[in-house]
Amino acid sequence: MSLALSPEQQAIAAGKDGAGMAMRIVAESARLLGAPRLIPIASAHIDGALYHGDSGTLFAERLVEDGARVAVRSTLNVGALDLMGCSRIRLQEPQRGMARRMMEAYRRLGCEQSWTCAPYQAGHRPAQGSDVAWGESNAVVFCNSVLGARTNRYGDFLDIACAITGQAPDYGLHRPENRRARLMFDVSDLPLSFLATEIAWPVLGSLYGREVGNAVGVVSGIANHPGEDALKAFGAAAASSGAVGLFHIAGVTPEAPDAETILAGPEPEAVIHVTPQMVAKARAGLSTAAATKAIDAVAIGSPHLSDAEFSMLERLIAGRRLAVPIYACTGRHVLASLEQDGRRKALETSGVVIVADTCVVVTPIMPDLDGGVLMTNSGKFAHYAPGNTGYAVLYASLADCVESAVVGKPRFTDIAA
Amino acid sequence: MSAAEILVPGKAGEGEALVLTAPISFWGGVDPKTGRIADVRHPQHGEVISGRVLFLPGTIGSSSASAVLMELVHNGRAPAALVLHEPDAILLLGLIVAREMGWETPMAVRLERGLFETYRGSGIKVDGDGVVTVA
Repeated sequence: MSLALSPEQQAIAAGKDGAGMAMRIVAESARLLGAPRLIPIASAHIDGALYHGDSGTLFAERLVEDGARVAVRSTLNVGALDLMGCSRIRLQEPQRGMARRMMEAYRRLGCEQSWTCAPYQAGHRPAQGSDVAWGESNAVVFCNSVLGARTNRYGDFLDIACAITGQAPDYGLHRPENRRARLMFDVSDLPLSFLATEIAWPVLGSLYGREVGNAVGVVSGIANHPGEDALKAFGAAAASSGAVGLFHIAGVTPEAPDAETILAGPEPEAVIHVTPQMVAKARAGLSTAAATKAIDAVAIGSPHLSDAEFSMLERLIAGRRLAVPIYACTGRHVLASLEQDGRRKALETSGVVIVADTCVVVTPIMPDLDGGVLMTNSGKFAHYAPGNTGYAVLYASLADCVESAVVGKPRFTDIAA
Repeated sequence: MSAAEILVPGKAGEGEALVLTAPISFWGGVDPKTGRIADVRHPQHGEVISGRVLFLPGTIGSSSASAVLMELVHNGRAPAALVLHEPDAILLLGLIVAREMGWETPMAVRLERGLFETYRGSGIKVDGDGVVTVA
């Protein structure tokens, strides 16, 4: 079926202004995807404001010059700079100036300066069943799975073009029939003592992403809602190891009151029976560092830390002085709360480096170290840190990350599965 | 000679074939400044895609692939032409946006994957009508 545009959409696409350019980009993408029409969207989350090179800055500035503005609520994902001045970014000129110009251009297009990869914890929560255009893999998977709003994995440029037109191609996860589960990921054989731990979720997410790829699956065997931060960690890990855009958890996520309701057919096409051995292997696969006597840093907050996660960090540090820094990445939406009661000062006195608006794997913050070792509790950091920072990674729970940072050496206490 | 479907129109191109044997993530996998395949796990690691007719068996990974391809175009380091077996909306967005910016872009055409191997090692020409020939 070929793409049909309404007379109004055609008129916009014929324009020489920024709205015309945005409409042509959306329409051309729809044509490539085989979408029959464009549909209205309720909001957007824009991942395109992270600097990869000058061409992206020039594109955003062209839209500004040509008078474009977003037509729907649009939050911004991380940029390459910490505009709050919490941490020192080592990006050099002229890249630094171009990154700043890019961030400024997206602000002038009317995007909210949220600068976070967890917009869903910064007050941007579209209604269940609404169509939106979100970028950033963890935000996409959270939006689809936990909020039940509908988005595809929008790439750079298409996200802002959809935000300006207020339209998106009608295909993929916007269509209810494509949101049903074909695979089942059964964790009922795992010990409850493991499922109750913090690391269960990023480890299972990493395994899930590798097992299902880009298919939609339903997780069965979870008795209680694990909390939003656990689902955030699961989705982020799954979207790093696979191309996961939507998962369901029976009895937990909104489209899956039970497995039968969300399955595409009477039986799943395949059932993945998760064993403790598979979990142990997935956990080991998150680390790349060989046996090491010392660590150089800890990084947490991918996706960005919530206020509740900071509270847990404070409890675990308990006023102690750290031997190596903990880089704690978060959004400005959490900073206001951290400024109260001297929380931020106490953390920084202990040796925590708070990173706002950005994070340690997308822009140079940590020192260049040959053979550096980074410990993290984030499945997503574990995936991207080796390639993007040069540090080898050790994966551990938050409690073990904190104990290791206090002594500067790896400490492992948590059971594997 | 094969008549290929045009996915994104552009400038006719000529160059040595580079047939990738595994899908690639452009973000993190191709250096946007040099066009060199930087992914150490990729079988064609170290090859340079600039000026080559690039036969792609598929793309994986980050949705910033479009940004990397547009940056290659802007830096004058793009492939001479791209040959895909199915349209990849995220990657090709880089060409669509570059065209909107008024930058000269290579053609992207669609060809049966089974034909890719027949072009390995040859000089390839992709003309403006999408006809792929050994030069």
